[in-house]
Amino acid sequence: MNVPEENRYTASHEWVRLEDGTATVGVTDHAQNELTDVVYVELPGIGKAVSAGEQICVVESVKAASDIYAPVSGRVVEVNDELSAHPEWINSDPFGKGWIFKLQPSTPAEVEGLKTAAQYREQISHS
Amino acid sequence: MSELKKTPLHAEHVALGAKLVDFGGWEMPVSYTGILDEHRAVRTGVGVFDISHMGQILVSGPSALAWLNRLLTNNLERLSVGECQYTFLLNPEGGVLDDLIVYCLAPERYFLVVNAARVSEDYEWLEKHLHPDVLLVNQSEAFAGMAVQGPKAVQVFDALFEGQHSPPARNAVLSLEIDGRPYYVARTGYTGEDGFELFCPAETAVEVWREILERGAAAGIKPCGLGARDTLRLEVCYPLNGSDLSRDTTPLEAGLSLFVDLQKPEFVGREKLLTQRTSGVARRLVPFKMLSKSPPPRAHYGVFKDGVRIAETTSGTLSPSLNVGIGMAYIPTEFARIGEQLEIEIRGIRFPAVVDKKPLLRPGRA
Repeated sequence: MNVPEENRYTASHEWVRLEDGTATVGVTDHAQNELTDVVYVELPGIGKAVSAGEQICVVESVKAASDIYAPVSGRVVEVNDELSAHPEWINSDPFGKGWIFKLQPSTPAEVEGLKTAAQYREQISHS
Repeated sequence: MSELKKTPLHAEHVALGAKLVDFGGWEMPVSYTGILDEHRAVRTGVGVFDISHMGQILVSGPSALAWLNRLLTNNLERLSVGECQYTFLLNPEGGVLDDLIVYCLAPERYFLVVNAARVSEDYEWLEKHLHPDVLLVNQSEAFAGMAVQGPKAVQVFDALFEGQHSPPARNAVLSLEIDGRPYYVARTGYTGEDGFELFCPAETAVEVWREILERGAAAGIKPCGLGARDTLRLEVCYPLNGSDLSRDTTPLEAGLSLFVDLQKPEFVGREKLLTQRTSGVARRLVPFKMLSKSPPPRAHYGVFKDGVRIAETTSGTLSPSLNVGIGMAYIPTEFARIGEQLEIEIRGIRFPAVVDKKPLLRPGRA
């Protein structure tokens, strides 16, 4: 499974990439593989304020609906609207075109507290 | 929690990289390469499913026909040797205990294929009503089963039997003896496509599975899991027991009176069904289609009409063939009409849907 070095990760299988103070969030390669064919993404509303660990949106495969959690506290500043037409990008390019939303973290340091690529790799090696 | 049961093909599924799930106490493959991929394979080519979790009960003896005919809703008198029939086992209230297929192997010799989660209950129910002239044997452990489904299923059949046997006709069953062991090959299935269900001794299951995959390779056969089995059956509106059928619903409410012969003088549940036929059913199981882009409907979502909750969905999914949300629900009869607009509530938001005709998809004409 692909686990890019530059990202941070959550135990609930979201990835976070901090760029210029904005955190881009998606689900990991491992998660998309577990979810199987994603057919619907319910995006969060722009401006929505969330706390770390709070359910923020839903990704649905043919088989089931899965909650996505906010990796850090903050406010939603952008969503990947293209996923409405191309939910399968979550499967084909989870760390690229399959990004889901961007957060303005209230405490950017929170990102540092998330799992490193090595720690996340360790986690999924046990599942 | 008790350990999950495994079919004789379990190791094959693991080796093929299948995702396994708990299905009615069995650890079964939900998919191998992906539900959409497997769904497509069955609609356009051919796929093979492990159905070894299903139960097999052998009923024989001089009174087998008469006895079974008093327990099952369809009329076994209409079944010739080598044919099979879809039917129901009901409780006295007319509720569905199980839906099953009865294969007539020989005069007074029947092979019942029942749902995995229902094997013990069905067997106990049959045993409770047993007649001294009838022999009942639960062969569920002894048999494995595989379903080869799709427009290219006949090609796989021919590759397997190398012209030694002609494919059985629709709803017919071929009884074979190979190395002294029984094999049954029926032209039946749960996908709406042409296909076969093959029942073989559990000890030869791995060999048969590998042969099917190997000889079916030229036809592009793919192993398929329960995920695709569910989307395939729902597109053609085949009910799933435990979801669309239950002890609290009758075959008439489910719109399956075709498989109930009320002309028979006697069968368990008949009185209740007669009353229902006379007074009319209060609700009917109907398929629906979403009218706009929405999250996929799933079982137990609220169904609304003019702002009032009138039912709950029993099944739902995104139809891979139609690319729209589909499902089924027991709708009050006044609204159970084709074209009736409804709303399905998904996470607090109501999305428009319409009652459609059965089946939602006609394979081969999609």
